[in-house]
Amino acid sequence: MKCVIAGGNVKVLGRAVHSLSRIGDELYLEPTEKGLSLRAINSSRSAFASFLFAPLFFQLYEPGGPAPDTERFRCKVHMKSFLGVFRSLPSLDKSVGKCLILLKHRASRLVLQLHCKYGVTKTHNLAFQECERLQAVFDTQRCSSRLCAPARVLADAVVHFPPTLAEVTLGTGPGGKISLRNYVEDEAELSKTMVTELWLAEDEFQSVTVSPGSCITFCLKEFRGLLTFAETSNLLLTIHFDEPGRPVVFTLDDTVLEVHLVLATLSDLESSSLPPPTNGVSHLPTPADDFADDLESYMVALESSACEGATGGPPSPTFPLRTPRTAQSDPEEQEEEEDGAVPGTPPQKKFRSLFFGSVLTPGGPGLAPTQEVLAEDSDGEC
Amino acid sequence: MRFRAKIVDLACLNNFSRVINTISKLTKTCTLRLTVCKLYFILSDKVANGGASMWCELCQGNFFDEFQMEGVAAEHNEIYLELVPENLSRALKTAHSAKAVKIKLTNKHCPCLRVAVELPSLSSSSRIVTHDIPVGVIPRRIWNDFREPTMPDFDVSIYLPVLKIMKSVVERMKNLSNFIVIEANLSGEMNLKIETDLVSVTTHFKDLGNPPWASEDGCQSSAQGRNLESMAEARIDIKKLQQLLAGQQVNPTKALCNIVSKRIVHFILLHEDVSLQYFIPALA
Repeated sequence: MKCVIAGGNVKVLGRAVHSLSRIGDELYLEPTEKGLSLRAINSSRSAFASFLFAPLFFQLYEPGGPAPDTERFRCKVHMKSFLGVFRSLPSLDKSVGKCLILLKHRASRLVLQLHCKYGVTKTHNLAFQECERLQAVFDTQRCSSRLCAPARVLADAVVHFPPTLAEVTLGTGPGGKISLRNYVEDEAELSKTMVTELWLAEDEFQSVTVSPGSCITFCLKEFRGLLTFAETSNLLLTIHFDEPGRPVVFTLDDTVLEVHLVLATLSDLESSSLPPPTNGVSHLPTPADDFADDLESYMVALESSACEGATGGPPSPTFPLRTPRTAQSDPEEQEEEEDGAVPGTPPQKKFRSLFFGSVLTPGGPGLAPTQEVLAEDSDGEC
Repeated sequence: MRFRAKIVDLACLNNFSRVINTISKLTKTCTLRLTVCKLYFILSDKVANGGASMWCELCQGNFFDEFQMEGVAAEHNEIYLELVPENLSRALKTAHSAKAVKIKLTNKHCPCLRVAVELPSLSSSSRIVTHDIPVGVIPRRIWNDFREPTMPDFDVSIYLPVLKIMKSVVERMKNLSNFIVIEANLSGEMNLKIETDLVSVTTHFKDLGNPPWASEDGCQSSAQGRNLESMAEARIDIKKLQQLLAGQQVNPTKALCNIVSKRIVHFILLHEDVSLQYFIPALA
């Protein structure tokens, strides 16, 4: 793979990496015909972001790889290492003219080379790890509600919440108003925690298509990262959501860039829709348990093996793909997966991350002969 | 029991925010006392506060355009609330460009101070952000706990040095020791001292001036006839002093302290429309 980014786009790439760094510790790179995809996922698998840079974004774009039929290269690198190259955005702006990203197979290094002013070249050789395809399962078409607004409107709204706030509830109210409120976990907390709420008028949005009385609760931290990127890029942000428990998808669209942020939402089984708020005071949704710390149970393992992934079919809308499991899967995950497969949601209120699918080939594991094994599995499962 | 108030002037709002920020740096929770003319932020000297106490008084007319209050009863037309000043500070933090800020005492799920900030927005209607700050209503029977502390019978009263300088000195000393000794005399001299096994540091201030307290009923008698050079000193928790100095965002019109040797240090900071008194007890 080889690509060159020139001029102002280097800073855009840098800001994208900053945004992804708010999500997870590893950056997944996947060069495809449609462009270079950078992705990240958080440790509890409840947030996923992807930035797809179209070939037009680059001065030169060669996704590379061997013959067209073989699997494209994909890898992951430490987020900190990659971010380190783009850490100072002002200096990227001022002194970097070009950025080259090159994969050196033989040296097992991903090379990031910044061509700066005064003939200075900074070359970073990053170690990478080959991995399976990271893909969240979601379908924006099936979301019943959609909001579209300039990112600035939402950034202005979110500033009123404390920086440390974990979760925020987005709801729809009478007169087409959209509310944002910090989420308080249980009744006991309510008498001790400050509750901040604000309303956005319908005319602040470019378009509003919502089912009345719907509301969702999601993590603010990851959303803020995307907002910062969107605001500086002056893009329109679209929010697709459905019932509580189904993921919320934030998208940014541009001619050369496609951004998706998928966040799990708090599932709330007892109140399907809130009564319309009065006097700006809404009834809070029935308190739910802590976000499950065993979200892994709802997800099919992605990189537990060094096996090659399939090109995969289109992502399934709501549930993990029911692909046959390979020998590597934990027995624990095996049984939890049964749970997740049942269309009705289990009785406990937990955060769902039902949107990760496996793209393991039914043909079973096996390394493509052309791929290098960087480190053998010590338990020899592969 | 009702309370509603409104601020429309931006300068007043910023002033009020500054006062709240100062209070929030001094203590996690405090008592807000509302009367017809004044607001008080009170911290009584319980052991939990490390014995420090605070009395901050504001004239409501200097801040609020509208102020209506109805106390618990006609003869006791006051409201005492327990609150976390940090919450109020945060609510006002993003209100810089507000058209108006309304504060109201409400009781939906629990007693709250509802702060409604009206901000300009691009749409036809203003953006309204509400913050519901949970408060505790303090019953009348314990109002006596929150009386204004009396001025102690001090040994020395002296004006403080420029707060910015005093703050940077104390901050550096804080890295070296947990306790600081403040000593001062009636000749306008003040020393800040720390002493540990490894190091001792003293900073000397001169020509500070001593406030002329008119003697009333001889209550300042201990200060009369006192040797002008003789130092009164008190050893106090350095963190409390640092918090007091760090919380000052604007230079007070008058800043002074009264020292009762080995007992207590009483700080008085006066601004145009706010007075703040802070008592730090001396430690052995």
